[in-house]
Amino acid sequence: MNGFWEAWRLIITLDADLYEIIFLSLQVTVTAVIIASVIGLPMGAWLAVNRFKFRRYVIAVLNAFMGLPPVVVGLFVYMALSRAGPLGGFGLLFSPAAMIIAQVIIITPLIASISHQTIRDLWAEYHDLLISMNATRGQRIKALLWDGKRALLTATLAGFGRAIGEVGAIMIVGGNIEHATRVLTTAIALETGKGNFAFAMGLGLVLIVLAVLVNVLIHIIGKTERASTW
Amino acid sequence: MVSILPLTLTDATAHMRGKKLVGPVSLTLAAEGFTMIIGPNGAGKTTLLRLMHGLQRCTKGTVAWAVPNTLARTRQGFVFQSPIMMRRTVVDSLAYPLRLRGMGKAAALKKATSCAANFGLEGLLESWAPMLSGGEKQKLSLARALIIEPDILFLDEPCANLDSRATREIEAILQEVQARGTRLVMSTHDMGQAKRLAQDVVFMLHGGVHEHSQADAFFMAPETREAKQFINGDIVE
Repeated sequence: MNGFWEAWRLIITLDADLYEIIFLSLQVTVTAVIIASVIGLPMGAWLAVNRFKFRRYVIAVLNAFMGLPPVVVGLFVYMALSRAGPLGGFGLLFSPAAMIIAQVIIITPLIASISHQTIRDLWAEYHDLLISMNATRGQRIKALLWDGKRALLTATLAGFGRAIGEVGAIMIVGGNIEHATRVLTTAIALETGKGNFAFAMGLGLVLIVLAVLVNVLIHIIGKTERASTW
Repeated sequence: MVSILPLTLTDATAHMRGKKLVGPVSLTLAAEGFTMIIGPNGAGKTTLLRLMHGLQRCTKGTVAWAVPNTLARTRQGFVFQSPIMMRRTVVDSLAYPLRLRGMGKAAALKKATSCAANFGLEGLLESWAPMLSGGEKQKLSLARALIIEPDILFLDEPCANLDSRATREIEAILQEVQARGTRLVMSTHDMGQAKRLAQDVVFMLHGGVHEHSQADAFFMAPETREAKQFINGDIVE
């Protein structure tokens, strides 16, 4: 219980180090989720409404990428961003930007795949209507994304859940540097490694509360359970 | 504005996975009137409507309008047997076809509100469309198809799942719409409805047009034995 009270003490006393870690966690994750949503949601919708050669294989690969091992993603991003790598010139390794890149790669297939399944069902429902109304391909995708927004929020939240709890990839590309790239998950890993289980558990509780709070907040803002809807 | 009609089908045929669904159908629909497509189950009524509207690809023959197809596509409406409700409010559902045509949001909502009142939906503007009753959904479908003021409206058994009161309301709207000059083409199973509304009748059997004549002539003295059987309520094979 000591770790739990210690964590509460740090929260209540507005401990600068703790809040720095929390804000960086949120900053990295929210940025990654926004970027992944901008890529993944239209990608899922596009795959749902378009027929092309090898479409089934593309979807199969996308679904398989949902299970990408974060450590392997971290390794590839590390190699790409390291000084000898193709993107080494940007000097992004061991920075929050590198962590965001790794998270985007991990969660984009997840968001795209879930949104594809959602949009596919909605497209089956809307197909004749939108064709009858002579909607262009872009207008169809826009209508499907808009009308499926509540279900798509779930896809985004799934991405957020995966990103906020991610540790392997961001440990590799971020380096867990104090005051620079240390986030809640890497801090928990570090404290556990040091044998400081109580404090790690306290940080873990903060992480859980944060994840739940963000989910609840988004559900309230998105009115996903609006009484008059269903 | 030049009408997109007449619509001329010349040996129009539709296949699905090698199997013929409808055709060859040769038919001309003039600029005005109320055509009722009738026939037993599986005769091809829905497929013929979809073929005319462009929802079903013509695999042989032609479906030609008086204007280029791209223009004709923008000036027709379709009402489905099972109303397809967008996950939006009634007013947003009505505004959607106008927004697709580039109308500004405020103007589209204003026109949608006025259109809703014409269809008795003024009290449901902010209601969630998928939550409406069957009759309200079909009225919304009709209003949504008509808000763009199409030259021709196709209706696929729009009253099939409605009670008598809702059917009467829909029929009254259709008669008013037709009186204003919109060309109507509708399929139905309901012989009474066909007699009440039709000006000409297309009787379909086995995927082809078996008989096409003026409504009075068709119901009083059908030309074929099958049509007579169908009017009498016998099983037609």
